[in-house]
Amino acid sequence: MKTARNIISRAHPLWNAYILHRLSGLGLALFLPVHFWVLAMAVTAPAQLDGFLHLTETPVVKLAEVGLVFLLAVHMFGGLRLMALEWLPWSPSQKTMAALATALSFFVAALFFLKAI
Amino acid sequence: MLNLRLYMLQRISALLMAPLVLGHLAVMIYAIQGGLSAAEILGRTQGSALWFMFYGTFVIAAAIHGAIGLRAIAHEWGGLNGVLLDGFMWFTGLGLFAFGGRAVWAVTFA
Amino acid sequence: MAADLLDIKIQRGPDKYETFQVPSHASQTVLDVVSWVQQNADPTLSYRFACRVGMCGSCAMMVNGVPRWTCRTHISKVSKGNAVTIGPLRNLPVIKDLVVDMDPFFDKWIAAEGVHHGSRTRDDPIAPVDTSTPARVTANAGIECINCAVCFAACDTVTGSADYLGPAALQRAWTLLNDTKDTAAATILDAVSDRNGCHNCHAMGSCTAYCPNELDPMSAIAGLKRETAKSLLRRRR
Repeated sequence: MKTARNIISRAHPLWNAYILHRLSGLGLALFLPVHFWVLAMAVTAPAQLDGFLHLTETPVVKLAEVGLVFLLAVHMFGGLRLMALEWLPWSPSQKTMAALATALSFFVAALFFLKAI
Repeated sequence: MLNLRLYMLQRISALLMAPLVLGHLAVMIYAIQGGLSAAEILGRTQGSALWFMFYGTFVIAAAIHGAIGLRAIAHEWGGLNGVLLDGFMWFTGLGLFAFGGRAVWAVTFA
Repeated sequence: MAADLLDIKIQRGPDKYETFQVPSHASQTVLDVVSWVQQNADPTLSYRFACRVGMCGSCAMMVNGVPRWTCRTHISKVSKGNAVTIGPLRNLPVIKDLVVDMDPFFDKWIAAEGVHHGSRTRDDPIAPVDTSTPARVTANAGIECINCAVCFAACDTVTGSADYLGPAALQRAWTLLNDTKDTAAATILDAVSDRNGCHNCHAMGSCTAYCPNELDPMSAIAGLKRETAKSLLRRRR
């Protein structure tokens, strides 16, 4: 508890981005073996796989899926942000503009994609 | 506990995965329309050299990236060091590769 | 006017805190408060300071969990209600009370090759420095470092990885790499590329957020990452 309060006293936007990146990466790494194991059922136990895929219709699993997609997206964009920060010697305001432009174009593309299918 | 070589591997695997993740997200949004089924997934991937390449590359990059990322966490938050830390990295990397490779094989050419 | 009293909680051991009532004044700094305690309440309290004007870098402490130069931090800016908690700098071994051992911090400056590698002797003319070149502008951005170790105490990567060279040493390495008078670029790049070097940085930016002189060690470390990556590709060819 005391440690947590101590850490939070030093939290700031970049630090939050760091902790989000670390925790999303950790979550994805823990999820991957499960993901692979379920997919491999296509060979080992096809009937079980379909049973499992039907589970994805339930609201709880749907919510978990949304969470996983969020982890993946946030880790990818967080990582691109980090690499831009490390490798592109731009000014901070240029980086903010680039991030905004990327987010906006991704949003437009996702919107189009959802409408198209 | 990251030297230049591990750092470069981490960043290169990340760059490689950025377009693959976008593709994966797009396929997911497309595939869940009307529910998931084994037949639907296999119908798309079975016998496809293209999907094998896509997911095969993805698995290799993710195994490298995940192992190096977990290494940093195991060192900073778990206090692992030296041979134990290297062993942990190789174990997770090879484990992810084996599990992932098996899954890719299962949905393509098995 | 009767002065209000401040509740000053001072850390005097791993889990040992003592609270002192200190009279409040206008424009009072955290260092003023610590000095008041030592001079009026408990002469055994140990702390370190010298110049009191933010130049020597010896008075940094944790103030409410945040590393700060105490001589130029007004108590009114950091007190919550009337309470302030003061502790020794994080990530360094405590000698006594508010005094930490700075040796690991300075040893890492040496390990990062943060030392001058010159080529001229006293008989040579002074090297001309063109202040307008991009490299010199980059070097100048880091030279106002006062070695206060605030960035070192702020960095969670140092906490988790005790041998990591840390922001101050790496910023000095970056400054020297961009200094035309320094002749050991390859040595510096090698030193910051080993397992305790710049590639451990996760760009959490606490160094830059808390540097009292508003320097930007995080971007300096990013520069080292860039240059080491480039030199790796160059060597491959």
